[in-house]
Parts: sequence; C-alpha cells; structure tokens
Amino acid sequence: MSSLTLVHARYQLVELSRIPMAIIGAAFFPAASLFFFVVPNTKDDPAGATLATASMVVFAAMISNLFGHGTGVAEDRSQPWDPYTRTLPIGPAVRFGSRIITGLAMMLFSMFPVVIVAAFFTPATISPVRFLLAIGVVIIVSVPFTMMGLAIGYLLSTKAAIATVQLVFLPLAFAGGLLGGPGEAPGFIETIAPFVPTRGSAELMWATVGDYDINPVAIVSLVVWTVALAALAFYAYQRDEGRRYH
Amino acid sequence: MSTSPTTATARAGAPPTPAVVARAIGVTRHYGDTVALDNVDFTVREGEFIGLLGPNGAGKTTLLNSLLGLRKPTSGRIELFGGSPTNPASRRFIGVTPQESGVPPTLRVAEAVDFVAAHFKETEDRDELLERFDLTKEARRQAGGLSGGQKRRLALALAFVGRPRLVILDEPTTGLDVESRRMLWDRIREFHEGGGTVLLTTHYLEEIEALAKRVVVIAQGRIRADDSVGAIRGMAHMQRVSMNAGPLPDLPGVISEERTEERVELMTHDADQLVRALVRQGVEFSGLAVQQATLEEAFLVISQS
Repeated sequence: MSSLTLVHARYQLVELSRIPMAIIGAAFFPAASLFFFVVPNTKDDPAGATLATASMVVFAAMISNLFGHGTGVAEDRSQPWDPYTRTLPIGPAVRFGSRIITGLAMMLFSMFPVVIVAAFFTPATISPVRFLLAIGVVIIVSVPFTMMGLAIGYLLSTKAAIATVQLVFLPLAFAGGLLGGPGEAPGFIETIAPFVPTRGSAELMWATVGDYDINPVAIVSLVVWTVALAALAFYAYQRDEGRRYH
Repeated sequence: MSTSPTTATARAGAPPTPAVVARAIGVTRHYGDTVALDNVDFTVREGEFIGLLGPNGAGKTTLLNSLLGLRKPTSGRIELFGGSPTNPASRRFIGVTPQESGVPPTLRVAEAVDFVAAHFKETEDRDELLERFDLTKEARRQAGGLSGGQKRRLALALAFVGRPRLVILDEPTTGLDVESRRMLWDRIREFHEGGGTVLLTTHYLEEIEALAKRVVVIAQGRIRADDSVGAIRGMAHMQRVSMNAGPLPDLPGVISEERTEERVELMTHDADQLVRALVRQGVEFSGLAVQQATLEEAFLVISQS
C-alpha cells in the first residue's frame, strides 16, 4: 500500500474528527437499536443476546459504510476540493484505498457503543479469542457495504445519495433478518433472507461468536453481491467527472 | 527533474523550438445537446504565458478541465507532457488551483500545503511559500475561517507547492481587491520569469495585458483568435454608447446596435468619433452614456459578427 493512501486516509480522518457530529451520528443508531430491541428481550438468554449483538454489529457495519461512503463521497464530489485532488498525480488506487481505510476506521469506532451496551446491559458473552476473530470477520463482511456505499456516492448527488441510503438501509436490515438473532424474523423473511446481501454477513458473524450452522446459500449470495457491488462501484468511479454542470 | 526537456540553447545558432507541454488535438466535448468545445486545436509550449479569454460559457473551463484530465473529450485527443492527462504520471509537473478557493474548511493552512506537498518529489519550503503569499500568520488557522482574499492566496499558493513546470489557473484573481490582485500577479510573473509555463483564464483585459504574452480567444466552443496581446487588445477595446433616441441615421464605426424601447445601445471602437457624428447629423438624443465595454460584451459582439 502506498504511503500516499495513508496520507489521504489520515487527512480524511482529521477532517471528520473536526466535525464531531459526523462521528456521533454514525455511532448512535446501532447502539440505540441494541438498547431498545435487544436489551429488553434477552434478559436471561446469554446465547441469544450474543447472537443478537452480532446482528447489531453487522447492522452497524452496514449503516456506517452506507452513510459514510454513500453520503460522504457524494458530498465530497460536490466540493471544489474533489476535482482539485483529481489533478494531483495519483490514481484510483489511492483514492479508493484511502476511502476504504477511513471507512474501516469509522466503522470500528461506531461499534464501540454497541459492544459497550452489549457488555453492560445484556448477558452476551464472548471469549477473547472469538472477540478478536469477530473483529477480523466484521472487516471482511463489511466489504459489500463499502462497495454499495461507494457506488451510491459516486453515482448520485448528495441529496439523492442521502435519500437512497435512508431508503435501503432499513429494508436491507429487515429482509436480512438483522433485527434480532437467527430464526427470530417472520417466516417470509427467513425465506428471502439468504438472497439479501446482509444475510451472509450476519451468518458469518453468528458462526464466529456463537453456535450457528451457516446456510451455504447465504454465503454464495454474499460473494455474488460483493463482486457485483465492487464492479458497480468501480464503474461509478470511472464514469464520475465530478459535478455535471459547468 | 533531470529528464525535463530543456528550452536552453543546446546548439548555438538555430532558435530552439520549445517543447510542447500540453496539446489539444481536434477536441470536441458535448454536454447533452450543448457543444462546449468544437474541434479545438491548441498547443502550449514550454515557457509560454497564455491568457485564455472569452465570455462565460465559452468553453474556457471545459478546455482547461480537458487538459487536466477532469473531462474526457467526446472526440479528439489531449496530450499533457507527452502522455494522457488521465495517467497520473502525466500530472507530475502541473500546478492547479482549487476552484472557488475551495480548500476543506476544517483543514489548517499549513496542513493543506503539506497535503499537496506529499504528492510531489520536489516541493517548495512550506514556510517560505506561505511567506511569499503573505499567509505566515494564518498557518495554524483553518481554511474555513480565512477571509476571501486569504482563501484565494492559499488556493493560488497550492498551485506552486510541487514546483510545477506548467500552472493552469482558472480566473485566479476574480473578485479580489487591487492590492491582492497585484500581489498575485507578482507571484505568477516570478514563476514565469523562472522558466515556468502559465495558462490562465480571466475576465480582465488588464490582467492579460499585465501578464500574458499570447492571447487565445474562445467563444461558443471555438478558438476565435490566437495572437499577441497587442493585436487582441485592438479587437477587444470597445465602448458602449447608449442614449434615448428615435431611429438613427447611418453612423460611422458602429459594430452593433441594440434597442430596448426608447433606449439604443451602440458598440464601437471609437466613441468620440461616434458622438461627434451624432451631434453633427443633428440626431435628437437624451441621457447619453459612454461606458467601457466589458471583455464579455466585446467578445460576444466579435463572435456574433
């Protein structure tokens, strides 16, 4: 990885850190969901609480990447600084790479409140080894959300990107069965869930933190979604010429 | 850079032809149905100082953005230092200014300079650069808190951070007070005197006169004139004579006539001669006003006639 990629990522994080609301916003929703949906329902069920927390971690990964990349990239593209940086002698690898690093950092940060709420207000438990493994897995399963966010950000204007992200994130979470542990969603959701991009991510997380048998269909569809969204993101980046008007 | 083609007299005698640093070959660019550039051929050679003039929407910015690789031509080809501008390596020797002086508001002035410097092998010393652009006291301030003039100075300073061979400046001094403008002119002139190549767009004829050696006029996506500053000055020097009057007789030196109800507007190269003729021919008029035409007006008239 080139040092320029890290330079870009560092500057993006510096910019974000100076607008604290951007960070607080990303961290709030998943923790609040955990607090209101999971905490009251899993008082005496450590295994269920652990799986439900894993669901919320995937939910947090999706929200952080969809909002961070989707609205973040669209917003950056509307600023004059973006075409300026395109005149610097760097290629797409630096621009894409730095965004992904920044997105990962923000995502991991947004999970702190989820983990803290789970640790103090639910009976969820996890061994240190599995916890470290879960960090690695969440990074991998967040890739489709990163690509979806980048595709939205490079395809749409800021307002359209915000609307699109708001439109898709809840249905994606619901249809993938993320608003609870495995098997807790209504029947028709359990039928379609394996074909939704969020489900494969959730299944991998469930298997990492608890006792869960992965449905191979969900994993295949996760891979297909990831490849398709990455292709879309790259296409969107290539056709982007910044603002359309001149 | 040791690889840079030099314009120095390698062989005594024959005047050397400076190397081409940027070139547009038959470039056309459409935005939907609008033609922003129409089969434009344009060459920039090392050491030139070119002013790009034209009315708003003429295609100036589209041409610059095409040279920078920000816009892909619909047809035709762009060369920047011998390569495609979309190849990052071709952009190693250029310096550009962010439009609208748009440095991210949360970045500090020194950070913005350091960020740009990270992309280049040879760079200006940051403190020295800020000193030259009178920003030393602002080094620790965030760009969002700077005044309009300070933002503009920072934006222009960024073009020089990477010791470029070619700087491309889109209206570098629009909206600045006279003092700041002269200071930026001095910085641009110094760069050119040190061997740098400059391509700039502007609305101000005086800016072109103060700086440029060659002027390219672009209107409706085409290059209308490409000449020395003196020749273009003659073309663009135009006055608007307006008055309330009825139908006018034939008058000398009228380039265009426009009427809105009672008011007539005449464009001319010689207002004195025109007014004398009005009086001599006994034309009934009131509310006479003579104004220097703006460059836009002059070029609109030129490109329509």
